[in-house]
Amino acid sequence: MIPAQTATELVRMISSGETTAEYIIGQTLKQIEDTSHLHAFLHMNSNAIQQAKEIDHRIQRGEKVGRLAGIPISIKDNICTKQYPTTCASHMLDGYMPPYDATVIRRILDEDAIIIGKTNMDEFAMGLSTEFSAYGPTLNPHNTEVVPGGSSGGSAVSVATHTSAISLGSDTGGSVRNPASFCGVVGFKPTYGMISRYGLISYANSIEQIGPMARSISDIQLCMSIVSGPDVNDNTTANSTPVSLSEQYNATENPKIGIIRQMASKDTRIQNILNKAIEELSSHGCQCDEVSLEMVDYSVAAYYTITSTEVASNLARYDNIRYGYDMDYTGYEYHQYVTKARARFGAEVKRRMIAGGFVPSAGYAGRYFLKALKVKSRLTREINRTFEEYDYLISVTVPILPFRIGEKIDDPVSMFLVDINTVTANLTGKPAISIPYGVVDGLPVGIQIMANSMEDAKLLQFSHILGDDTQ
Amino acid sequence: MVPNSNTCPICLGLPGTLPLLNSEAVRHGVALAMSLNCTTPESLAFFRKNYFYPDLPKNYQITQFDAYGHTSIGGNGTVNTDDGTEIRIRRIQLEEDPGRLTYEGGNDGRQTTLVDYNRAGVPLVEIVTEPDFDSPRQARSFMNMLADTIKNLDIADPYLDGAMRADGNVSVHDGNKVEIKNINSFHDLEKALHYELTRQNSLYENNITIQQETRHWDERRRITISSRTKEAELDYRYFLEADIPWVDLDDDTIKEISANMPESTTARRERYIKQYNIKPQVANVLISDTRCCRLFEEALTPETALIIANILTTDFMGVMDTREKRAASQITAEHLSKIATLIKSNKITRAVAKDVLYKIAKKGGDIDDILDASSYDTSKLYDIISDTLQKEPQAAHEARINPPAINYLVGIIMRETRGAADPQEVLRILGELLKE
Repeated sequence: MIPAQTATELVRMISSGETTAEYIIGQTLKQIEDTSHLHAFLHMNSNAIQQAKEIDHRIQRGEKVGRLAGIPISIKDNICTKQYPTTCASHMLDGYMPPYDATVIRRILDEDAIIIGKTNMDEFAMGLSTEFSAYGPTLNPHNTEVVPGGSSGGSAVSVATHTSAISLGSDTGGSVRNPASFCGVVGFKPTYGMISRYGLISYANSIEQIGPMARSISDIQLCMSIVSGPDVNDNTTANSTPVSLSEQYNATENPKIGIIRQMASKDTRIQNILNKAIEELSSHGCQCDEVSLEMVDYSVAAYYTITSTEVASNLARYDNIRYGYDMDYTGYEYHQYVTKARARFGAEVKRRMIAGGFVPSAGYAGRYFLKALKVKSRLTREINRTFEEYDYLISVTVPILPFRIGEKIDDPVSMFLVDINTVTANLTGKPAISIPYGVVDGLPVGIQIMANSMEDAKLLQFSHILGDDTQ
Repeated sequence: MVPNSNTCPICLGLPGTLPLLNSEAVRHGVALAMSLNCTTPESLAFFRKNYFYPDLPKNYQITQFDAYGHTSIGGNGTVNTDDGTEIRIRRIQLEEDPGRLTYEGGNDGRQTTLVDYNRAGVPLVEIVTEPDFDSPRQARSFMNMLADTIKNLDIADPYLDGAMRADGNVSVHDGNKVEIKNINSFHDLEKALHYELTRQNSLYENNITIQQETRHWDERRRITISSRTKEAELDYRYFLEADIPWVDLDDDTIKEISANMPESTTARRERYIKQYNIKPQVANVLISDTRCCRLFEEALTPETALIIANILTTDFMGVMDTREKRAASQITAEHLSKIATLIKSNKITRAVAKDVLYKIAKKGGDIDDILDASSYDTSKLYDIISDTLQKEPQAAHEARINPPAINYLVGIIMRETRGAADPQEVLRILGELLKE
């Protein structure tokens, strides 16, 4: 049996004795073997069965177990885990073992989750196809010739193929929602500051968030109730309110939904799926109108300018001095050594680092970086004004279908443009969910709903209208 | 401390770590800014200063910068040094300290750089003045004033090795500016600035253009050396540090910090003058040393306040003439209070008191014991020496104009005391009486 149940269902089955954690983990490991050609995982937990047995013993002895007891969870390889390598799918961090667990890892382990393995990704989370992993691409389970999306491609594939019930990814410009859409799972990017980033290896720290992926919205809620909320190790979480499962949020009666004009897909098959979603929302009493967010047209350019600037700074620490790989340092002057050591970064990372050295530099900052910041603040003003009138904003998650592996790898700009619908939530800090809602040519299509800041719990509750099942 | 024994994932900049703002550092920074009469911003933002250097764990430094509508923790202040010169403060910025580098030459002729990250991430303030100093001496006296303020606010122990460091900028005759980095003590600051002034003046006199550059102070050779790095070409690509949200410094916060600040040195000076009738000059000297102020306040009674102020500023600070010596001295408030009472009741003279003070400051001990044992002898020694000087006016005159001639007088006194006197003591007292 493939453990196809949702995490919520598995928790009930394991804790009631209907099944055991050992059985579920055993089936999961078997499924990982059967799907290994998809290359979703980079590192495995070799003690998973042992850990499952311990949980079963505790349940048999009548001891209290955590809210994720025995649930197989996979972790994107840019989230620090003390027990497993954390490489960001980069040769710069080959075999790197962090000396600490990220806050999200501590929180799920405290609830007795079982980390099944670390998932593949675009190097340092830069990319949206998982083709930029230094360890080779991940394949889409719906069609192995197309990309699974990215950068959390391994996580999405793992959830879609039942090799984990929940996965923790990270979303800087759509890196959770894009692969969720391409692989047919639910992906959630919370409000900036909702989940602690302590232990998430930074790519563009001013806009990124850790986000859960799962096969149901309820599982996302369960996960959020455990990982969200203030953390003393991340100053940006200070004002966050954790998502609560018990609290019923007063659903707005006949909520107003804005359909973002700038995010329409040119592919009518995809646009039809959006229309179907709008019909379903309307039938639930929602009032749906088209809205315009003028600054969306500039959002991708601003996104790449800001993220490149932060990449150049965030990745500067990989000088191979305090940690890294073995390299003989004798005979090098400091700058020569660092230059040589950094040659191990992949092409996409290098491209963005070079851009990031340029766009904020003296003489050019006004033309690029400062302008990008202006777009960010105008876009935020614009979306805040829209949320004064509308409760939720809707669009398709990605305006195109999953593309063929290798199709866009040499054309960075056309690749960047795929992010058009997802970067707005990051630039403005808003929560956004991608829900699987249809299939075109055998490939999944996701619907994205955004809400105002700190309305994560409300958004998740509302999202149930568009279904709770994974195609 | 063993290098790299006091580090954590954050201060090593390990992947995934986030900086945490130290609220104590913010409060201290605001208190310091207020003490130096600076303005403070309504909200505090931090920036990244991006550059590669082996002492930087993240290859950027979290610091402050006046841009994008943000200003650093203090700006536009003025303070007076003890000689009354007004020094303008341009900016105070709160930032993280990098690690410490040690350069070693290998046996094979290769150079190795060792990095110690123990102090990486420790909060630091950089205080930038306007070019208001006319002499190295003034710069040192400004540093002393700063050290007093920092000590008084209980921010740090400014006398710990490396706790206060300085970069000095020197220019002469409107020429190019030279920055001297890496100066680790106040004494060296004065020496380095003096060396640099001399170097620049001699270049100027020989019509050689002074290069705008960064130089390093070589403590061992006591010279400044040109650094090969061209800092002017560096572009730090400053941008806001998103990992530390802006901190509101609203009126209530400022008021609360201000209410919890210890008395400022200027307020203390006024109080000493009003409350204890201390002369302004004496008060100036007293407030320049936080330790002396503490001793003074602990020891005084309304009757003895004046005497204690005088003993401290003339006798104690006279023999213990550097801060380091005073910090190491064994004197306590009890000692001072007892000596003052003895003087007040005419049991001992000021001369004897000074002598006792000197001995206690050096070695500690009980005043009665010292008076019983040696200081009685010392006061007798004073009599013997002044008798000798009266009897030997010619020798006294010789000794005044030709210091080595003092040995003749020492000989006479040692004979008079049949060798019982301590020749060092004799020399000291002789020196003192000859000056009068």
